[in-house]
Amino acid sequence: MKVNGKTIVLENNLSLSGFLEENQYDARLIAVERNGEIVPRSTYGNVVLEDEDILEIVSFVGGG
Amino acid sequence: MNLFINGKGIELDCHTAFQAREMIGNPTDIVILSGFQIEEDCLLKENDKLAIIPKGILPPQEELESMMVARHTPYVHEKVKKGKVAIAGLGGLGSNIAVMLARIGVGQLLLVDFDIVEPSNLNRQSYYISHLGMPKTAALRKQIEEINPFIKIETQTTRITEDNIVEIFSGYDILCEAFDKPEAKSILVNTAIEKLPGMKIVAASGMAGYESSNLMRTVRPMKNLYLCGDLENGARIGRGLMAPRVQICAGHQANMVLRLLLGIEEV
Repeated sequence: MKVNGKTIVLENNLSLSGFLEENQYDARLIAVERNGEIVPRSTYGNVVLEDEDILEIVSFVGGG
Repeated sequence: MNLFINGKGIELDCHTAFQAREMIGNPTDIVILSGFQIEEDCLLKENDKLAIIPKGILPPQEELESMMVARHTPYVHEKVKKGKVAIAGLGGLGSNIAVMLARIGVGQLLLVDFDIVEPSNLNRQSYYISHLGMPKTAALRKQIEEINPFIKIETQTTRITEDNIVEIFSGYDILCEAFDKPEAKSILVNTAIEKLPGMKIVAASGMAGYESSNLMRTVRPMKNLYLCGDLENGARIGRGLMAPRVQICAGHQANMVLRLLLGIEEV
C-alpha cells in the first residue's frame, strides 16, 4: 500500500481506523483520501485496506 | 492612436506615454503602462492600457477602479473580478486573506466568523483598537469598504459546524479554511471535499512561532485541496502565533486563490 507517496507493507485485514491508530494519527485532526476519493470520517472503521490502495493522509496542526 | 486611459477608450494623437500625460494630465501625474509604473518615457502601441493618476486627489468614482487596478498584470482584473471566494474564520489568516483578496479586486467575498474582536487578536489579525468588541465580520467589512468599494461583500456572523457548511458555502468557487483549531480545520475540509464537489479548498496548517520563513510552502495533497504552511509547527503552550509567519501563510493562501481564479491549478 502507498501512504503519502511511500510504499508500506500492509497487514492482512487492517481497517483504516486500525492503521491510523497504529501509526499514531489522531482521527479528529486529519483528512484521508483513498484512491482519489475522500473517506468520510464516520466510515474509517468500516474501510478495510488493500495492497493496491493509495492513501493520502493530511494532518492539521493548530494556529490561524 | 486608440488607447485605454483610466479605463476608458480614447483616441489620442500621440506616440509616447508622456505625450499622452501632457495632453490629458499634469507633469507630476503618475503614469502606469500595462501594470508597470514608468519613470522614463515609452513608445505606445495601439490599444495600450495607461493609467494617468494625479497624486493626492480623490478621482471620480468611475475612474477610481481602473486606477486602483493599474498595477495589476494586464487582463488579470477582468478574471479576478468574476471570482467568488468564501473565507471561513476571520482570525490571523482569514482577516489578512480577506484584505489581500480585496486589494486584488476579487469580485465577491463571503466572510464568516462567530467571534468579536478582542485585544489578543491585534498581534496578528487585521483589526484596530477601534474595532474592539465589534463582530469580526463587521470590522472587516468596514476595512474592505475603505480599501476597495467595488467588491461585493457578504457576511455571516455564525459558528460554522458540520451541519451548516453546505448551506453557507454552496455557490462559491473557492473556500479558504482559516480556522485556528485543528479539529475545526479537519471538519471543514472533510465536509467540504465530501459534500461540495468541485469546490477548491485552500487550507492552512503550521504557521506558529518564528521558525524560518522558508519552511512555509503550498502543497496540493488532494485534487481539490491546497494546503499552506510549514505543515508541522502548531500553536501550543510556549509557541505562540505572531504576525509575520501568520501573514506569510495568509499570503500563500491568497496567492493560491489568485492562481486558481486565473485558471492555474499547479501550486
